[in-house]
Amino acid sequence: MLAAIAFYVFSTVTVLSAVMVVSARNPVHSVLFLILTFFNSAALFVLLGAEFLAMMLIVVYVGAVAVLFLFVVMMLDIDFAQLRRGFLAYLPIGALIGLLLFGELVFISWYWTVSPDAVGHAGNPTPVGMTNTEALGRILYTNYVHVFQMAGMVLLVAMIGAIVLTLRHRVGVRRQNVSAQLARTPAQAVELRKVQPGEGL
Amino acid sequence: MEIGIGHYLSVAAALFTIGIFGIFLNRKNVIIILMSIELMLLAVNINLVAFSSFLGDLTGQVFALVVLTVAAAEAAIGLAILVVYFRNRGSIAVEDLNIMKG
Repeated sequence: MLAAIAFYVFSTVTVLSAVMVVSARNPVHSVLFLILTFFNSAALFVLLGAEFLAMMLIVVYVGAVAVLFLFVVMMLDIDFAQLRRGFLAYLPIGALIGLLLFGELVFISWYWTVSPDAVGHAGNPTPVGMTNTEALGRILYTNYVHVFQMAGMVLLVAMIGAIVLTLRHRVGVRRQNVSAQLARTPAQAVELRKVQPGEGL
Repeated sequence: MEIGIGHYLSVAAALFTIGIFGIFLNRKNVIIILMSIELMLLAVNINLVAFSSFLGDLTGQVFALVVLTVAAAEAAIGLAILVVYFRNRGSIAVEDLNIMKG
């Protein structure tokens, strides 16, 4: 009973805040509602018994992705009112396609059954007497180590790509030239002049 | 009342639909479009974890982790492209985004 109440509360808040993400007037509010959505879906993951993924969702999405969105929204000086023009013009077609898709997806969600032959043939059955994190780690670093490595490569490529895209060298900025500094010798740097009394240089 | 897999799949379906709806609704604003894509990937994750939990198979959670990684990478690259685009054009209106057209 308590689990059912928790499910309904968390899923309702998830869906409502997702609606607010796409319809909020201010993009900063959108990002904050996105964070609320992620928190509530993390709670849904906890209800499903996937504690490790729930914590990852909070760390990765709320801690990294949403904050990145917040930075970009606040850093760029954008006229958001101008961007919202035509908002209502797209509403009917979007709502139509959305409702159609939602109907189809819910239809599929409720009218399918697991084949009786398939039960008991799980590739990696959930072990008993082990925390979710330990069980996940045991198969992630053995059976799925190539998937894990590929995820690392994806992150590396994304990092290099983001740096290459956003790095720029401005002209007219004084920068430290270490090799020029180190190449200086006393002969180049100091000049001795004999100054006559009363004449100056 | 027992919460079955259908409940979770319905929540995921709603999230996915809201993501698509958001892309249609905010066709000019790339930031909201990226957030809508994040919502859709979150719906996929909920589906994976729900099946993993109800069928007693941990494989779904491994692939949910991979989807999480890809979502993070996609957000980083998308926002980097957005910053570069804003630097060049002074706006993020994607309606007239055809300078790469051959």
